[in-house]
Amino acid sequence: MDTYYKPEHLPKFGSISEGAPDLAKKFFEWYGAVFQEGALSVREKSLIALAVAHAVQCPYCIDAYAKDALEKGADLEQMTEAVHVASAIRGGASLVHGVQMLEHVHKLGM
Amino acid sequence: MSQLITIRDRIGDLGVDLASGEAGPKPTKSLLSRRVPLAVPAAQFEALQTAAPAADFDAAVAEAGYTDGLRAAQLDIFQINLGKLCNMTCRHCHVDSGPDRVDENMDRETVHACIAAIERSGAHTVDLTGGAPELNPHFRYLVDACVDMGKHVIDRCNLTILLVPKLRDLPEWFAERGVEVVCSLPHYRARNTDRQRGDGTYEKSIRALRRLNEAGYGQGDPKRLLTLMSNPAGAFLAGDQSAMTAEWKANLQRNHQVSFDRLFCLNNMPMSRFLEWLLDSGNLEGYMQRLLGAFNPAAIGGLMCRNTLSVGWDGKLYDCDFNQQLDMALTDDGGPLHVRDFDLDVWMKRRILTDRHCFGCTAGAGSSCGGATS
Repeated sequence: MDTYYKPEHLPKFGSISEGAPDLAKKFFEWYGAVFQEGALSVREKSLIALAVAHAVQCPYCIDAYAKDALEKGADLEQMTEAVHVASAIRGGASLVHGVQMLEHVHKLGM
Repeated sequence: MSQLITIRDRIGDLGVDLASGEAGPKPTKSLLSRRVPLAVPAAQFEALQTAAPAADFDAAVAEAGYTDGLRAAQLDIFQINLGKLCNMTCRHCHVDSGPDRVDENMDRETVHACIAAIERSGAHTVDLTGGAPELNPHFRYLVDACVDMGKHVIDRCNLTILLVPKLRDLPEWFAERGVEVVCSLPHYRARNTDRQRGDGTYEKSIRALRRLNEAGYGQGDPKRLLTLMSNPAGAFLAGDQSAMTAEWKANLQRNHQVSFDRLFCLNNMPMSRFLEWLLDSGNLEGYMQRLLGAFNPAAIGGLMCRNTLSVGWDGKLYDCDFNQQLDMALTDDGGPLHVRDFDLDVWMKRRILTDRHCFGCTAGAGSSCGGATS
């Protein structure tokens, strides 16, 4: 392996069943069920997946859900807003810890 | 200028120069007018063979149980392509339409032959397409004849044509005759619409949809059916039309107070101007892999080639409008079949002609002029 990430890994995702077929079967059935139309539409679920893909910085997922969101009827503006939501939560998650820092400073300082 | 005079000579005064941006957005020019090799079907077949050498549509269909090839079900729809003339030049157009295509338009004699064949055919629906079919000088004559025969008539409309000065009465004119209007709109938001069909298309389309709503279309009246047709603006497959309908309705209502009755989602066929874009953008191989990977045997039964006859502007007969643009005419020993010789028995017994582009219709939920096929 000359690089950790390869695009051709994505279509081979199913081969993960080799070591534990029963677990893979359960995972893929559950995964499929998660993305069915439900209380949320398939487009909304795809946009959530796209946002999470950016939060966990998974290139496989970004590849898959950029295509999927388009096919579910989302457009670039909606997809970009979803990525901003993920980014805002990531940024906010760091920044809100600043309150902990603040408390330490207040306690330690005069 | 000489072309403008030609258009006026052929179809009368439209109140606007058809080649102008005012008459309709034009993001490109026809392959034919640019004299590029891809204008010829042989070059298109070659590109598909290079991109997907192992693809074999007949083998895929046989494996799905259609061992005798694709055959007719029953003739429901008589589809007529009235000509390649159009006020727009959409980047994905499979007909290679445009304002320069003045020569390929159906004449009165062929229109009469169509009317006679419709009577013999038993089809319940007459589906009019183009180009912009409304630009054919015999369009209204043909619609009236079909309505008089009691046929359900469909006008495949690019929406912007309804804003051309001399055609602005069409929404009311259609409403009086119960014509179903099937309109192209790639997306309920502006961006994808204008990228595919040219800047300003979305705004014009919304204005045209308002006019149709004012004429009684899109309110659930079966005699005033307004159907929207969405093709993806890029190298991805069409979405699930049943899942997307509610969202489209809510968005168009909220943002523009526009309503419609049905949404059809269709895949783009890898041919003509869409094929040119696939090649130029480096997407052809990936798109063919996508179509092949999404092959859906359940989509075969409802394919339009099984219940539709397609007639070209010159009267030649085809299995569908895509085969028509690829010059895959129905033939017998005497050469191409013509609408004046249409024979239902011959049509029923024929084997449908296929090639690699057909994978576009069997991908995902299936894709035909009537929307998803499964």
